[in-house]
Amino acid sequence: MDGLKRGSAAIVGVAESDLGQVADGLSVIDLMAQGTKRALNDCGLSLKDVDGLFSATAQSRLSVLALAEYLGISPAFLGSTIVGGSSFEYHVAHAMGAIALGLCNVAVIAYGSTQRSIGRKQATVREINPYETPFKPFMPTSAYALAASRHMHEFGTTREQLAAVAVAAREWALLNPAAWEKKPLTIEGVLSSRMVSYPFTVRDCCLVTDGGGAIVVTSAQRARSLKKPTAYVLGFGQSVTHASISNMPDLTVTGALAAGKAAYKMAKLDPPDVDAVELYDAFTINTILFLEDLGFCKKGEGGAFVEGGRIGPSGQLAVNTNGGGLSYCHPGMYGLLLLIEAVRQLRGECGARQVRDCEVALTHGNGGVLSSQATIILGTEATL
Amino acid sequence: MQAEVQSPLRVYLDHLERGELAYQFSLAAGRPVFFPRVLCPFTGSDQLEWRVSAGIGTVYATTVVHPPEGAPYNVALIDCDEGFRMMSRVEEVAPDKVRIGMRVRFRLHRPGGDEPPYPVFVPVEAA
Repeated sequence: MDGLKRGSAAIVGVAESDLGQVADGLSVIDLMAQGTKRALNDCGLSLKDVDGLFSATAQSRLSVLALAEYLGISPAFLGSTIVGGSSFEYHVAHAMGAIALGLCNVAVIAYGSTQRSIGRKQATVREINPYETPFKPFMPTSAYALAASRHMHEFGTTREQLAAVAVAAREWALLNPAAWEKKPLTIEGVLSSRMVSYPFTVRDCCLVTDGGGAIVVTSAQRARSLKKPTAYVLGFGQSVTHASISNMPDLTVTGALAAGKAAYKMAKLDPPDVDAVELYDAFTINTILFLEDLGFCKKGEGGAFVEGGRIGPSGQLAVNTNGGGLSYCHPGMYGLLLLIEAVRQLRGECGARQVRDCEVALTHGNGGVLSSQATIILGTEATL
Repeated sequence: MQAEVQSPLRVYLDHLERGELAYQFSLAAGRPVFFPRVLCPFTGSDQLEWRVSAGIGTVYATTVVHPPEGAPYNVALIDCDEGFRMMSRVEEVAPDKVRIGMRVRFRLHRPGGDEPPYPVFVPVEAA
């Protein structure tokens, strides 16, 4: 994506749809539409301004068509790349490219899921892999558990260190009124919870909630005429390393390494420049892997790095400030909600969980089983 | 029109039916290829040769699945000595006693019914 120009586009509107457990009978397109309306209100634009439309969900095969029909618009540009939870980070880059080419000017990126209401089995089509399915891995959890086993073996990472990730996420969630989890969590509480796929207990695993939302992307020029402080897209990088966990080249190194490098290069920034880090924490090992691969600590040192509350609200590095997929909300493809939180942090809208002097926010989306990695670096006007 | 390629999965399963763990070898890349496919992911060559593994390998990663009902069981990634990796499970040892680095040997598992056979592994010393 060398063709993308630093700061040429911005995320100007963000909004969650209803989250957690939504009203009975709501569809994923209802949630996308609700998110779209709220995100447009957030920046003072309206549906008639929208000429680019992107969406992804596990529950609608042709979701962007359904959404365009629902909204009553016929956008000049459509995108519906679906690579799991990181799809929306890809959408931002694709929207940015389309805007630069003049293919559209105001793009809405939307997501919806009702996996909690209708049950995970109904929400996701089961795919048979003849080389994996016979062994009955509990997917996706077992894939990440295999990665964790390898990290523990090579670097001595412990279950307590994994649990520290969940505890930090919970501490942030307690500062976020929109978070699903409302009670404190301890390391002992994580370790003694129901085992799902060793080394993960249910507290090492993301929530299963409903949810969704939308963001609005436009050119930097247009963004400056809108009402809220602008979050410019400074950097993007992506990497796809495999689809099934049996084919991941090295279970301790993710595509976040390549994605991050590309994003930092485009942004002309380095890890110490980042004020808020929003990582896709589908499982506790994700946060450790991504902190390493994105350069916040060395490979193998992620376990020690997250100890002692370092990534919690009183710590040295603000990570997953909304409470993450572990404690705030995880509708199945969480990547859109990372972008929403990053923009709010840059605007200073986060109340009790606000990161002080937040000028640069990094979001990192993960899709599949550590398969599709995408990093977006956002910055305020001051970073241009 | 006649089919031009055999199903790689079909060939793999036919080998398993005969008690053999088969994999492909890319002559162009000089490397094994697994899972079986119609072209080499390293070179794009469609010259893939079927070979039969000696069935010895090492546990690369391991987990124990705790289902809501029923006994916990092992799921592992095995690095076969020929240089390819596959998902499987290690039997004849408690699921939580499967260790990374453990040497294991292929054994055919026949689940019965309509399900095709699949490869499991047992510790070399127990074989």
